[in-house]
Amino acid sequence: MPVGRRLVLSMLGLGAAGLVAAPSLQRGLEAFLGSAADRDPTGLTGLLPNGGGFRYYSVTASVPRKDADTYRLTVDGLVDRPTTYTLDALRALPQTRTVRDVQCVTGWRVPHTPFEGVRLSHLLDAAGVRPGAGAVRFTCFDGAYSESLTLEQARRADVLVALRMRDEGIGHAHGGPVRLYVAPMYFYKSAKWLSGISVTSEVRPGYWEERGYDVDAWVGRSNGRDDTPTV
Amino acid sequence: MTSTPGSAGPTAVTTPRPSEPVRRFSPAERWVHRTTGALMLVCVVTAGCLYVPQLAELVGRRYLVVTVHEWSGLLLPVPVLLGLGSRAFRADLRRLNRFLPYDKEWLRAVLRRDPRPASRPAGKFNAGQKLYAAWIAGAVLVMLGTGLLMWFTGLAPVVWRTSATFLHDWLALSIGIVLIGHLTMAYGDPGARRGMRTGSVDRAWAEREHSRWKPE
Repeated sequence: MPVGRRLVLSMLGLGAAGLVAAPSLQRGLEAFLGSAADRDPTGLTGLLPNGGGFRYYSVTASVPRKDADTYRLTVDGLVDRPTTYTLDALRALPQTRTVRDVQCVTGWRVPHTPFEGVRLSHLLDAAGVRPGAGAVRFTCFDGAYSESLTLEQARRADVLVALRMRDEGIGHAHGGPVRLYVAPMYFYKSAKWLSGISVTSEVRPGYWEERGYDVDAWVGRSNGRDDTPTV
Repeated sequence: MTSTPGSAGPTAVTTPRPSEPVRRFSPAERWVHRTTGALMLVCVVTAGCLYVPQLAELVGRRYLVVTVHEWSGLLLPVPVLLGLGSRAFRADLRRLNRFLPYDKEWLRAVLRRDPRPASRPAGKFNAGQKLYAAWIAGAVLVMLGTGLLMWFTGLAPVVWRTSATFLHDWLALSIGIVLIGHLTMAYGDPGARRGMRTGSVDRAWAEREHSRWKPE
C-alpha cells in the first residue's frame, strides 16, 4: 500500500483544512491558554503559540542599558528651545495613564495594558514647534531603530513618552527606561529605548517602514490587517 | 618438513566470520540527508531566535534572523528535489512509500512495547521510519506554504495570513517534538548512525534490525 504518499497528501489536506479552521481554533485556544496562563506558576504557557503576553523584538545585536544616571532624551530639530531631559526631569512632568490593548502587526495582542508617562504634545509645546514643521522623528539608543509620526498624530492625547508599563518601571527588554507609546497604532510605532525626538518638515519612514510596513500604522486600517482598533 | 597452515594442531574454536559491511546508502543519499539536516537545523535555530523571548533577547538582529529563516526554509526541499536525479534515492523513496504486511507487525510490536528485534520485522526501512519520512515531508510542505503566505503578504487576504501564522506556529512546535524523537532514535542506535555517516552498516546489525532487507 502506498501509505507514504497518502500520509503526505493527508498532511497537505490537514494543512488546508487548518487554514480554513484557524480563526475559530485560534479564538478557542487563546481563551483556553489565556485562562491557563493565569493559573500557571511555571510560565511555560507563555512559550506556547498564542500563549499570551509580549514578545521580544530587537533589530540590533545588543542594546546598551541606561538608567537614571546615564539616560538622556533630546528634543531638537525645528523647535525654538532644543532641550535635553534626564529621567528625573521626565518624571517631574505631568504624567498621563492610559489602559488600552497592545496590538502587534505580527498578530499577537495583549489586552488592557497600562502605560504611563508624559504626553508627547507636552514636550513639543515646551520646546516650541516652529512654523513649517510637519512631522516628528524618533531615534533610539539601540543605534538602529527609528520611527516617525506626522505632527498631527504626534499631538494626540494618547501618544506618550512612556516611563511606566503595567504599573511598573519599563524594564530593559520592554524598551526601558523610556519608550514611545502610540496607542492607536501597531506596536512597531511605539519605539523602544527612545533617545531622540526631532521635529522635521516631512515624515521620514522608520526602520520597519523602509522594509515594507505602513507609515500610517492605524490598528485595523493598515498593513492589510483588520484587527479590532485599540482605541 | 613443509608446514601447512594450521599444522600446530586442530582446535575446536572456529574463527568468527568478520562482520563484513553492507552498503546501505549511496553518497548522493547521504548528501541529501546531510544538507536537509543542516537546513532544518538552521530553520529550527533561527525559529528559536525569533520565537523564544530569552533567545530573541540574546541574539536580536531581527531582520537578519528573519531573512536567514526565510531562505533556509525555502531551500529546505531543494536537496530532496535534486536527489530525485539519483536512482538509489528514488528506489529508497519507493521503499519508504510502500507499507508491507510486516510493517503492521512492527507497529503492533511497538504498541505492545515489545523490544525483541525478532518481533519487529522490517525491510530496509522499518514502519516507524516510513511514517516519519512521510509525516515530515508533508509537514515541511505545509510549513513552506504557510511560510510563503506570511512572507509575501500580498499573496492572499489578511485572514489567510493570520491563519497561516497560527498554523505555522503550532506545526513548528509539533515538528520540534518529532525532530527530537528522530534525533533520540539516532542517538540510541550507533549502527544506524554509521549507515548514514559512512554509507555502510554491519551485516549483523542489518540482519537484526532490518531482517527483511535484502541488500543487493
